[in-house]
Amino acid sequence: MRILSLAGRRLAASIPTLFLILIGVFLLLQFAPGDTVDAMMAQMGGGDAATARTLRKFYGLDLSVPVQLGNYLWRLVRLDLGYSAIYGKPVTTVILERLPPTILLMTASLSFAFFAGLVLGVIAARGVNKWPDTLISTVGLIFYATPSFWFGLMAIMVFSIYLQWLPAGGFEDIGATQSGLGRTLDIARHLVLPTLTLGLIFLAIYLRIMRASMLEVLNLDFVRTARAKGLDETRVVIRHVLRNALLPMVTLIGLQAGTMLGGSVVVESVFSLPGLGRLAYESVVQRDLNTLLGIVFVSALLVIAVNFLVDLLYARLDPRISAEG
Amino acid sequence: MEFSRLEINRRTALLTSAAIAANVLNPLRAFAAETPRKGGVFNVHYGAEQRQLNPSLQASTGVYIIGGKIQEPLVDLDAAGNPVGVLAESWESSPDGKTITFRLRQGVTWHDGKPFTSDDVAFTALNMWKKILNYGSTLQLFLTAVDTPDPHTAVFRYERPMPLNLLLRALPDLGYISAKHIYETGDIRQNPANLAPVGTGPFKFNKYERGQYIIADRNENYWRPNAPYLDRIVWRVITDRAAAAAQLEAGELHYSPFSGLTISDMARLGKDKRFVVSTKGNEGNARTNTIEFNFRRKELADIKVRRAIAHAINVPFFIENFLGDFAKLGTGPIPSTSTDFYPGANTPQYPYDKAKANALLDEAGFKREAGGNRFALRLLPAPWGEDISLWATFIQQSLSDVGIQVEIVRNDGGGFLKQVYSDHAFDLATGWHQYRNDPAVSTTVWYRSGQPAGAPWTNQWGWEAPAIDKIIDDAATEIDPVKRKALYADFVTRANTELPIWMPIEQIFVTVISAKARNHSNTPRWGSSTWHDLWLAE
Repeated sequence: MRILSLAGRRLAASIPTLFLILIGVFLLLQFAPGDTVDAMMAQMGGGDAATARTLRKFYGLDLSVPVQLGNYLWRLVRLDLGYSAIYGKPVTTVILERLPPTILLMTASLSFAFFAGLVLGVIAARGVNKWPDTLISTVGLIFYATPSFWFGLMAIMVFSIYLQWLPAGGFEDIGATQSGLGRTLDIARHLVLPTLTLGLIFLAIYLRIMRASMLEVLNLDFVRTARAKGLDETRVVIRHVLRNALLPMVTLIGLQAGTMLGGSVVVESVFSLPGLGRLAYESVVQRDLNTLLGIVFVSALLVIAVNFLVDLLYARLDPRISAEG
Repeated sequence: MEFSRLEINRRTALLTSAAIAANVLNPLRAFAAETPRKGGVFNVHYGAEQRQLNPSLQASTGVYIIGGKIQEPLVDLDAAGNPVGVLAESWESSPDGKTITFRLRQGVTWHDGKPFTSDDVAFTALNMWKKILNYGSTLQLFLTAVDTPDPHTAVFRYERPMPLNLLLRALPDLGYISAKHIYETGDIRQNPANLAPVGTGPFKFNKYERGQYIIADRNENYWRPNAPYLDRIVWRVITDRAAAAAQLEAGELHYSPFSGLTISDMARLGKDKRFVVSTKGNEGNARTNTIEFNFRRKELADIKVRRAIAHAINVPFFIENFLGDFAKLGTGPIPSTSTDFYPGANTPQYPYDKAKANALLDEAGFKREAGGNRFALRLLPAPWGEDISLWATFIQQSLSDVGIQVEIVRNDGGGFLKQVYSDHAFDLATGWHQYRNDPAVSTTVWYRSGQPAGAPWTNQWGWEAPAIDKIIDDAATEIDPVKRKALYADFVTRANTELPIWMPIEQIFVTVISAKARNHSNTPRWGSSTWHDLWLAE
């Protein structure tokens, strides 16, 4: 019950923010020169002014901006995200098609970054200023400083072109009529390289935060008490230090869930994955307002949901933070 | 990034050309001995998804590359660039040029089994080409009716004379036929067949997964005997050019059409024996790089300034160092690939001459100020290709040498069209002019006055020349081919003299294709054609 009321309050607080974001994006896109008909003309390679007029009417662009915005918000209240100009389908359908690859990629790389970062961070903190620490920190810094498109292309060069172990792109084998386990394995094979590429950059952040937070907690009084009690070092680290050091990591997950959605445009393009990031990019270039706003809406919902889960996790990890807030 | 592009210097360009020559010649020699192999899947790089796959409704290479295998035009171009019948078998024009009769191929069926008839031609011409198809609506402006005396004859009636050679050269791009029974009910623009096309072509549409791939399979009932050879074509959506090059190398792609890769990747793969990199097969898709002048700026309304700008830019140097073999010096709005209309290079040209440029600017009254500057301009480059971006930077640096400061303002596609062709918010613009086999299709609109604002790639310069307008109008209805050619030669001379737009670089799209492919690049618009004879060697 307490969780439900918390969820309710959270949602109520997010609705005004959500509307402000949507109105903001709507207005921002009005400032970009050109509309979806200009973008379409660019794609077609030509067209006369009469065609442009008919098309503007067809897409409802002949109305004034406030009317367009009003129409959009009114539709949204009725949970109708509208019709996509570039796809010729309802926005909800378009987004639902793209959601699974995005969520798969996001969860896979976030989990990879979180757990690898956790383990490496602990190792680095245990051997602070010794060679494991130096090695891990340097490698982390290199990962962090390297652009992800370069990582992706290099990974394709090595694993797809030279070694031919993994596919160079795509979400699954085209035309293969596998189902069940076969299909799952096929998709997993296609996701290995993108997951690593996207995860490596976040890995560096997680490992640094983990290391710093471990070092801080290791110096606290209760750790000294635990050691004085005669506990062995492994138990001290796992039972006492780790749990406390995890708090900043959990905060970071909440923050990065949002970044990951947007940050995957590059990775999706390099690996030709049909995800939300590429869809968003395409909607901006094509000035497809409905699709873009729909993506913003869905992303915002995802971020709100993830942050809600993070709050619940906080309470689990540190009983001093109660779900009552 | 900039430096890696610079690496394509003269030497690489020469090596590349040698590699291209070797690659092109060897498979050609092999053709004679080989028997075509049936079967195989051909994987094609598809860079930018369109809203449309039906070529009767949208004329662009992004549509032809898919829809052109599924649907067919009345006429296409043969290896020599002459019109050859596809769905039409023969044609004739009445002496006054107002009636053009097409005899249609018999025994052709749509993919759903219904017969193809003259009703389909009449329906497509009047409802799609005339009303919706870009460039088609201009071409068919004076089309009044299409009579269908029998199922295999379509008679096009025009209000003004329609030169037969214009129509035949325009129809390969603007003459695709759609099925009347699919489109006759409901809004044509929203018809589901627009993204799941039904045609008469060698390949049948199978599946479209947005953002991933499109599949078409062999049409067992295709009208050409023993065609096609391939079992299936798969178009893979890959937006990242470098990733597409990687997939070619990994063997997951066979073909990247229409300069779909970066210039450096095309040069690199040109030296790789597994690929053929060539401009062959794209002669029907010539384009020129432009500099468009806005006459609303008083400096640019002065012809001396426009000529000075042209003289200030060393075009051969730019081509040699940045574009290599993939481009050549342009001589005006009609490119040299257009054998029927190219007037030669004896029209006014503007070779690189910095001293002359400076003298012309002084003469025009724009003396250098204390800092050495004369005036400043805003240059809007189109975002269509990396050559435009490089060219814009080159213009900027060249003009700075003669005292004109250039600010480059970059936009995406929609933004560029709006700012240049609707809002006229530019001083200089640069992009591509696409030449479509006859100057009347998409070339003279760049010069003809009276174009409403908002029509992209048309005369939006605030410039008007009644004499040129008259030549353009006369040529569009002149049915004598010899007189037409002379009119267009006159047009080029005048256009190059007045210089409202300068077109100093000629380019043809570059094809990158697996060396296993056979019968490829054998017509001037091969990437757009049906691929009925394409096959893959083991």
